[in-house]
Amino acid sequence: MARKAKTKPVDTQLFARYRPLPGVPDELVDAQGVMRPVWAGLLAHMSGLSDAEVKDAFARGEQHLADTGVFFRKYGDKSSAGRDWPFSAVPILLPEAEWHSIEAGLIQRADLMELLAADLYGENRLVADGHLPASLIAENPEWLRPMVGVKPRSGHFLHFMAFEIGRGPDGRWWVLSDRTDAPSGAGFALENRVAASRVFPDLYRTTNVHRLAGFFRAFRDALEKLRSDPTSRVGILTPGPLTDTYYEQAYIARYLGMALLEGEDLTVENGQLYVRTVEGLAPVDVLWRRMDGIWADPLELRGDSQLGTPGLMSAVRQGNVTMVNALGVGVLETQALMAFLPKIAQVLTGQKLQIPNVATWWCGQEKELAHVRAHADRMLIGPAMATRIAFETTAPHAIGGQMRGAADDADLHDWLTDNAGGLVGKELVTLSTTPFYENGALVPRPMSLRVFLARTESGWQVMPGGFARIGAGTDTTAISMRNGGSVADVWVVSDTPVEPVTLRAPKSAPFVRAQPGPLPSRAADNLFWLGRYVERTEGLLRLVRAYNGRVNEAGNTALLATIRARLKSYGVDATEAFPAGVLNTLSSAVYSASQIRDRFSVDGWAALQDMEKSMTRIAKTTETGSDAAQVMSVMLRKIAGFSGLVHENMYRATGWQFLSIGRSLERAAMMTDLLAAVTGPTALPGGLDMAIEVGDSIMVHRQRYAVFTSRESVIDLLALDECNPRAVRFQLDVIAKCVDELSSTGPHGQMTEFERKVRLLQTSIIVHTVQTLDAEALLTARGQIYDLSNALNAAFMH
Amino acid sequence: MIYDIKLQIAYQYANPAVGGRHVVCVMPLDIPGQRVQASLLDITPRPEERLDRIDFFGNRITEFSFRGPHDAVAFTMKARIERLVIPNMPPNAIALPDLAAALAAQRDLGPASPLHFLSTSVRVPRDRAMTAFALGALHPGMTVAEAVVAIGSALYRHMKFDPKATTVDTPATEAFAKRQGVCQDFSHIMIACLRGIGIPAGYVSGFLRTLPPPGKPRLEGADAMHAWVRAWCGPDAGWLEFDPTNDKLAGEDHIVVAYGRDYSDVSPIKGTMRISGGQKSKQAVDVIPLAG
Repeated sequence: MARKAKTKPVDTQLFARYRPLPGVPDELVDAQGVMRPVWAGLLAHMSGLSDAEVKDAFARGEQHLADTGVFFRKYGDKSSAGRDWPFSAVPILLPEAEWHSIEAGLIQRADLMELLAADLYGENRLVADGHLPASLIAENPEWLRPMVGVKPRSGHFLHFMAFEIGRGPDGRWWVLSDRTDAPSGAGFALENRVAASRVFPDLYRTTNVHRLAGFFRAFRDALEKLRSDPTSRVGILTPGPLTDTYYEQAYIARYLGMALLEGEDLTVENGQLYVRTVEGLAPVDVLWRRMDGIWADPLELRGDSQLGTPGLMSAVRQGNVTMVNALGVGVLETQALMAFLPKIAQVLTGQKLQIPNVATWWCGQEKELAHVRAHADRMLIGPAMATRIAFETTAPHAIGGQMRGAADDADLHDWLTDNAGGLVGKELVTLSTTPFYENGALVPRPMSLRVFLARTESGWQVMPGGFARIGAGTDTTAISMRNGGSVADVWVVSDTPVEPVTLRAPKSAPFVRAQPGPLPSRAADNLFWLGRYVERTEGLLRLVRAYNGRVNEAGNTALLATIRARLKSYGVDATEAFPAGVLNTLSSAVYSASQIRDRFSVDGWAALQDMEKSMTRIAKTTETGSDAAQVMSVMLRKIAGFSGLVHENMYRATGWQFLSIGRSLERAAMMTDLLAAVTGPTALPGGLDMAIEVGDSIMVHRQRYAVFTSRESVIDLLALDECNPRAVRFQLDVIAKCVDELSSTGPHGQMTEFERKVRLLQTSIIVHTVQTLDAEALLTARGQIYDLSNALNAAFMH
Repeated sequence: MIYDIKLQIAYQYANPAVGGRHVVCVMPLDIPGQRVQASLLDITPRPEERLDRIDFFGNRITEFSFRGPHDAVAFTMKARIERLVIPNMPPNAIALPDLAAALAAQRDLGPASPLHFLSTSVRVPRDRAMTAFALGALHPGMTVAEAVVAIGSALYRHMKFDPKATTVDTPATEAFAKRQGVCQDFSHIMIACLRGIGIPAGYVSGFLRTLPPPGKPRLEGADAMHAWVRAWCGPDAGWLEFDPTNDKLAGEDHIVVAYGRDYSDVSPIKGTMRISGGQKSKQAVDVIPLAG
């Protein structure tokens, strides 16, 4: 083994300077002040590094996270800008034996949750027998009435869950919260693992850290076994790119080879669920749900949901879809439920909870209310029905007797009296601390763990690890987690070597080229519009440049009026130095791109955002005339940079064809529009020269024709030329080629209306001559080009 | 009384709608006091899919969907109903102060359980003004049933029926502030008042037989769907239905279609489709008494 660290813990400088908080259990140091053996390797390793080496190591982890773009995104933040997700490079180390007892306790809890869900949506014995107050269920927004009486097709309500656990003052673990509805974070755990292994590559290799891949492989296999149609793909149902964990969902979808689907990607026909793709409807019957249940179907659940799929509940009811997890299990996250779980465990399983949950009192009961009132200084009091811990919500709550998020004069006791049944008191638990690297030293910081469980053929499997949330200060009550803090990897360390596992196919297996699934229609639509908007932005920049280059010259009145009119038809006011209409067009492109980030290169996305930023910035100082013309040139170079990136890097699959068709369609339409305007029956002085300038063809024109433009030479070069990428004919050829490629992937036999229209239009331009392609013919062609957009929609957007 | 009921709802789209999935809830219930002799729902154009089922609260739901483009959708519901209800105050309603204990003893989560109808719901918020109004209508010693009628009658006196004052989406708080609205607003307000003082209350959608003005013939299609309130008066008395728009207990003239927590549970039609441009809709209801 390479560089196996020597186990001389007390000698290590980092350890010598580590000062755990008095009276608080610590992960690194036991109650006697002795280092827990599992940490010895890490401490020795870190002590052997100079400050510069530590910096380097940490930078490797940061770099990895930056490269893969890990972030939280705030919901409703339309700017699509990410937020950093700080990573604490020092992992949390737990010995295998301790981990086994955590596993056993959490598996017991998962089984209990399953029984509880089955009762709440089935017989309701717990309520009938008085073990659970009926109002807690009847008034619970997460108890979904359409699910009552529905038996999940898979036989189980729960297939994947997460628990937040922390170590209490007595050294025992406690469950802080249950995540059952659509638990997030498994992808972050995976990302953190990669980052941590980059920070400590040698140490990671030589320490017997349990790998995570086996867990994911088992879960993926389990999900695939739930399908009734083995040719269908398992989907991950996402609320979309505005969700704070969208990146994580996209990441895990790629890692597991699952389709990332939004509600709009799905449709229900005859009680069956399908993905709308450019090749028609593709069946899907297993969805790993990352969307909260109440949003899943606007017809039967929250009517104001824009995220759901109409009819999904009906498909579930008819037993044609397996939801992971079943709709309605959000009710298990209810804060007040924890007050009754210890008893329910006894009733349903005859056993005590191996890992207790935080002591909880529901204020809807007289005795409990009195208890909470008397001990408010040691409690977190918040909404009983909430699925989040009170300090994570904006609802009024009280911490240690202090009201928060309520009116200034709110009185705790009045509040308790007025809202008793709606409130729950939870003991303010203190958490253990773990080493956090700060200014060259290790300092103790409170932490909690998120642990994931997946149901597999052989029962629940616990991810050996998970991730830790680390508090920002030394306040060890669980509430310190609410403001920022950071995250860290969790290493479960075995005494014996562990078997490395990956999701990759075994080396001995023959190489199989992965086939991409059919492109969802929504993605195709967004790619098409991305192509159109980017191209339109470019076209507009060219027109605005042409305008500003001439605006201060005499004798251009008619030409300037023509350009103004053309720009106006695109919603652009040429008299603005940097017209807002151009910026809006680019923003539309950015929006389309944000909808399909999982199909789009990281560099391409960065370039697009960069362009939007610089455009917004420069627009403020642009002045009409030569300054604006120059600014447009700079922007044109940026947009060319983006187009180049996309052209060089984008995989030539179905998505490419749609992007390409969008670009070509827009360019062809804008060019016919411009040519019709400058080649009308009455000559427009300077119009032809302007057209070849906008068409970036001055040089070619000079070489092929003459210095002086004529109607014929311009039409020939910008409309009929098959070699000039600015020419209408050239772009129609591109569209026709894309159509060829698409029809080889689509349903065979019939030519779609779209295909027919493309062929007709291409042929009609080919057979034109410079004489016959007059302004009127150009306008007809322009109409036909725009009409392709509708035909494409009808052919592919199911 | 036996009624022939006809409900017609038609939607006309400016541009053809593409596909669409709808859920309708317009078929009368078969319940004690109300027998459905026959009922049918006809949908034009003929939907590609159609499924009839019963929802959580026991209401009759029809789900259906279209795949292709269509400019218009029309539903016709026809039913022959026998309604035999003698409206009277339940003799065994409990006293108002005993209600909380009676509710706390409830351990039933079935569709008729009062517990579903106590909390806020999508269209019924908790509102201090409405709670205060409800308290103002009470007298000491009232039974729950007397309280329900007192609050319903008070609303009838203070509210003005005005179809122009509100729309289907007007919040109950706004209608209450204006003291104006239609049966939907009256019902939501009364539900909020009752829940505000701890009385379980729900929304009833249905039909109402209306009498033409004296000496005038009955106009075809002049009726509309109606709504009223039901409230839980104790374990023995059960549910009492009151119509605040007409200040009376629901009786022979009221035909029940659906029970829910508020309008959003029982809206006659919910749907999603892709349309561009506007849509027009019209509704016609006939409640024709045959024989008593």
